[in-house]
Amino acid sequence: MGDSLRQVLARVGFSVFVALAAAFFALPMLWLVFAPFDPTPTLAARPAGPTLANFRDVFDNPLVLTSLRNSLLLALYAMVLVVAAATLAAYALSRVRLPGRDLLLYVLLLFSSVVSGTAAMVPLFLLVFELGLINTYLGVTLVLTGGLLPAAIFILKDFTDTTPTSYEESARVFGASPFQILKDVVVPLVRPGMAVIAVWSIVNVWGNFLIPFILLRDPDLAPASVVTYSFYTEGGQADLRLLSAFSLLYSVPVVVMYLFVQRRYGFRFYGGIKR
Amino acid sequence: MQTTSPAPAEAPGGGAQPPRGEAGAAVLGRPAAGAFLAPALLLIAGFLVFPALWTLYLGLTDYRLTGAAAVNPSFVGLDNYTQALGDPQFRNSLLVTALFVFGSAVIGQTCLGFALAWTMRDWRSPLRALVEVLVIVAWILPSSVVAFLWIAFLDGQSGTLNALLPGVHTEWLLDTPLLAVIVFNTWRGTAFSMLLYGAALSAVPPSHLETARLAGASGVQQLRDVVLPTIRGHILTSLLLISLWTFNDFTPYLLTRGGPNFRTEVLPVFIFRNAISSGQLGYGAAISTVVLGVNLVIALFYLRLLRERG
Repeated sequence: MGDSLRQVLARVGFSVFVALAAAFFALPMLWLVFAPFDPTPTLAARPAGPTLANFRDVFDNPLVLTSLRNSLLLALYAMVLVVAAATLAAYALSRVRLPGRDLLLYVLLLFSSVVSGTAAMVPLFLLVFELGLINTYLGVTLVLTGGLLPAAIFILKDFTDTTPTSYEESARVFGASPFQILKDVVVPLVRPGMAVIAVWSIVNVWGNFLIPFILLRDPDLAPASVVTYSFYTEGGQADLRLLSAFSLLYSVPVVVMYLFVQRRYGFRFYGGIKR
Repeated sequence: MQTTSPAPAEAPGGGAQPPRGEAGAAVLGRPAAGAFLAPALLLIAGFLVFPALWTLYLGLTDYRLTGAAAVNPSFVGLDNYTQALGDPQFRNSLLVTALFVFGSAVIGQTCLGFALAWTMRDWRSPLRALVEVLVIVAWILPSSVVAFLWIAFLDGQSGTLNALLPGVHTEWLLDTPLLAVIVFNTWRGTAFSMLLYGAALSAVPPSHLETARLAGASGVQQLRDVVLPTIRGHILTSLLLISLWTFNDFTPYLLTRGGPNFRTEVLPVFIFRNAISSGQLGYGAAISTVVLGVNLVIALFYLRLLRERG
């Protein structure tokens, strides 16, 4: 009797906790669900409409489409650079024993979680300035890539470590060059890992605010993260119709990509930062 | 995670890995390996390591964005550091950052993330996936979007929070800004802890829990005596990472721009205001050096705890 009462109480406690937690996470997002379809959105989250007129506004605004294209370009540049450099490095690291390799990777990983953000704001700005790359995507891409690479190598090394070397050995016997072996033997085997870091880089760059905010001056070059921010800070009253519809358009791609990879690869997605 | 799951304490051991062997060395010669490593190492050296080292030097100069000191900066020794020590806004920012990290990372994200992972560990229900997706989406939405979602959510006039609390008209971001930013960051980052603890808990052998249950241990006792010792490494690792991430997080700027009256000005925002907005690059670099130092201390502190086993 006492036992079953305790079980019931535990059950109720569990349900209350989970319901509260779900509400805590869901409530702030409601606005993003309702406002984009509301003909006269306010700051309140309430169902109204629905209308697609807000999206028509968005597509009529040249700044908006440019910024989404800019975000896409930056994400693709950084993704290509990260995937290429990380694949080469991860493969080399898992096939050749270097003294202190694991320590080095670990230190770089910690380093990247500190430096790539804000602690090196001044020198990153100056470095890009001195290189004459302020207001260029090359500058932003290089800075973002440097910050993403340690974790990308870490994630990918999980994959290259577990592929068998026997194919590579036979390819070697037949006289294939190291690069051919990488391209024709290794890459097909670690393609899932490359997909993971590709998506991971895109998600990171797509959402990054600080680096383009500091390094790009020209509004035409600004990616969606900076443009969203300027929508609600510059020039008096924010245009909520534009802001809400644009926020949704800007958010959906990363959420879809992320959930897809999460479903497909599970927690391995964070393999690189798990330690 | 389930596949390899190395004990985190062994990660920095270096070379302790079982040899992938001479076979590996035959597959890829050292020159080729060096060539393969070069692009990544160059990028990391140029855009990660070099800027950090340069910070140390810049912090000792009076470099400015404009004016005479921009053309010809001079070496000023520790002047920037003395200036920082005497700067009440810097001391305020240090305190705000400490509260922000402790409140949102150590308490908020870790406790809520663990609680979610622990309570839902045996829950077989489609609702579980729904809860997890909500937590994860909060984590991956772009930061400039979530910042506005919270500005709307906390708005005093028509925000959703006040609509749910009858009779309350608090302007949360003006009246309790630091608390608001801490709760916001808890919401924002809990997913990482939840996922990491979820994976760690699934690696706790069920037989151990079963034995404890048969011996009459209550839920709390099982947690304390079986689960926590097993996943201690995961807890410390996640605490380390989220402390560092939170310490360097710029997102509070998007909500409050450091205000009102500097009450949410965490160090990254302080650096931004002094270095980029006001152009005092040397002073900003000195503060960056302090941030790097604090991060180093945090990292060493956790690594030390990790090494003290059991």
